[in-house]
Amino acid sequence: MSTLNTAVAQEMDKSDEAELPAGESRPAETVIEEGATVGAPYADDPKFKLRDVEVFYGEDRAIKNISLDIARNEVIAFIGPSGCGKSTFLRCLNRMNDSIDICRVKGSLQLDDQDLYDPKRDVVELRARVGMVFQKPNPFPKSIYDNVAYGPRIHGLANRKSDLDDIVESSLRKAGLWEEVKDRLDATATGMSGGQQQRLCIARAIAVSPEVVLMDEPCSALDPIATAKVEELIAELSESYTIVIVTHSMQQAARVSHRTAYFHLGHLVEVNDTNKVFTSPEHELTESYITGRFG
Amino acid sequence: MPDRKDDVYGDHISHKFNDELMELKTQFLEMGGAVESQVERAVKALIDSDGDLAEQVRLKDKEVDKQEVALDEEATLIIARRQPTARDLRLVISVIKMVADLERVGDEAKKIAKLAIKLSEEGQAPRGYVEVRHIAGHVQSMLHDALDAFTRLDSEQALRIMKEDKRVDEEYQAAARTLLTFMMEDTRNISLCMSVMWVLRALERVGDHACNIAENVIFMVEGEDVRHTSIEEAERVVGG
Repeated sequence: MSTLNTAVAQEMDKSDEAELPAGESRPAETVIEEGATVGAPYADDPKFKLRDVEVFYGEDRAIKNISLDIARNEVIAFIGPSGCGKSTFLRCLNRMNDSIDICRVKGSLQLDDQDLYDPKRDVVELRARVGMVFQKPNPFPKSIYDNVAYGPRIHGLANRKSDLDDIVESSLRKAGLWEEVKDRLDATATGMSGGQQQRLCIARAIAVSPEVVLMDEPCSALDPIATAKVEELIAELSESYTIVIVTHSMQQAARVSHRTAYFHLGHLVEVNDTNKVFTSPEHELTESYITGRFG
Repeated sequence: MPDRKDDVYGDHISHKFNDELMELKTQFLEMGGAVESQVERAVKALIDSDGDLAEQVRLKDKEVDKQEVALDEEATLIIARRQPTARDLRLVISVIKMVADLERVGDEAKKIAKLAIKLSEEGQAPRGYVEVRHIAGHVQSMLHDALDAFTRLDSEQALRIMKEDKRVDEEYQAAARTLLTFMMEDTRNISLCMSVMWVLRALERVGDHACNIAENVIFMVEGEDVRHTSIEEAERVVGG
């Protein structure tokens, strides 16, 4: 660690120890009992059944004994301060953490009662079933058509050109993009606006008919109008897909999700109906976070 | 020494937000104080047959109305700008509702003041004023305690006020029977007794509004709506 970093760390330690004015609480001191999630973390007939999940980066335990069910066709939002483990936990759901060498996942993670981490499992097939949309739109430097057709092609979902055309059209329609791009499918995708690119990425994710769509802060690079369109899309997609969304915008979680899960320092503190979380959360830490008392 | 609970709205990262919520609370309590004084002065004007004081109460009601509008605006702006959640949201929503109750209490005070003017002009011997004084004292302390429960976020005190409301209703029924007896004794008493009956009715309504405020305090503190539920249910919410 450089001298500067050491100095900064010492300064932070000091500020942690600083006296608070009378009557102010220090939320971080609230003891979190490991694995003791309050609220309603379980569901009947879940899509994902996750038990005692722990994730390590080397020696660091980033996820601490989390158990959670994700119901079919629900939209569940993961919220929490930076570094709380919500994205790490999300990436367990389609084994995106596999690509990180020092990352180890422990516990039982099941998708439709089958082990996600079974060594014999085909990860490519898994990721077709559990698609993902990232924070920054990342279209391929190809045409709009080829972006959407890419997945169906490599998974052999279409035998004829007309079948592929149908998939591209229906995916773009579902993503609310068809009317905007139908006359320029051959144009390069990187020339689209940010909001359009993100909806193209959603179209690309749903083109392979996934069962679950994971979204890792899908709107954080978008303007409010594009955000509203993506949120509208999430509401429509939830009729056919299970959606897990990580978001830094609590209002977004409040708007789009059925259930909200609050993460804190690698713990899953509370899972409840979104309506309950935003009007009368059960856990003090959830309350402090969503009301802007720390973050 | 500030009460520990008083700080629950003052520890946001945004100091401006703290200030806005504090301002909302302060304005609400100012309006509460003004309304309390309106009821007190209206009852005093009636009992003392003081037409001038009653007239002052009547005029002051306009100020209470202005406070209502200002508080509603403040609450609306907080929702628009801050999108409050959880206890902050419950505070803002409760204030909006309780302000309406306070304004109605102000209206009841004005009603009493008008009747005080009428009765002082008629100059009749007082009848039923014992009952008025008794019920007025009771509902005034309820209103005061409700505002106090709001200040201290004391849901147990709020629960006690809900229970008190039942007793006020009983006292009102008993007073109504007494006045009915006066009216039957001598039909010349009817006009006076009806006026006093309206006063009692207004006071009983003040008790209802104090009870509504108490219910909102329980919602603010406990996060559960106890309106239109039994006292036992409210006890469960507060006790659990």
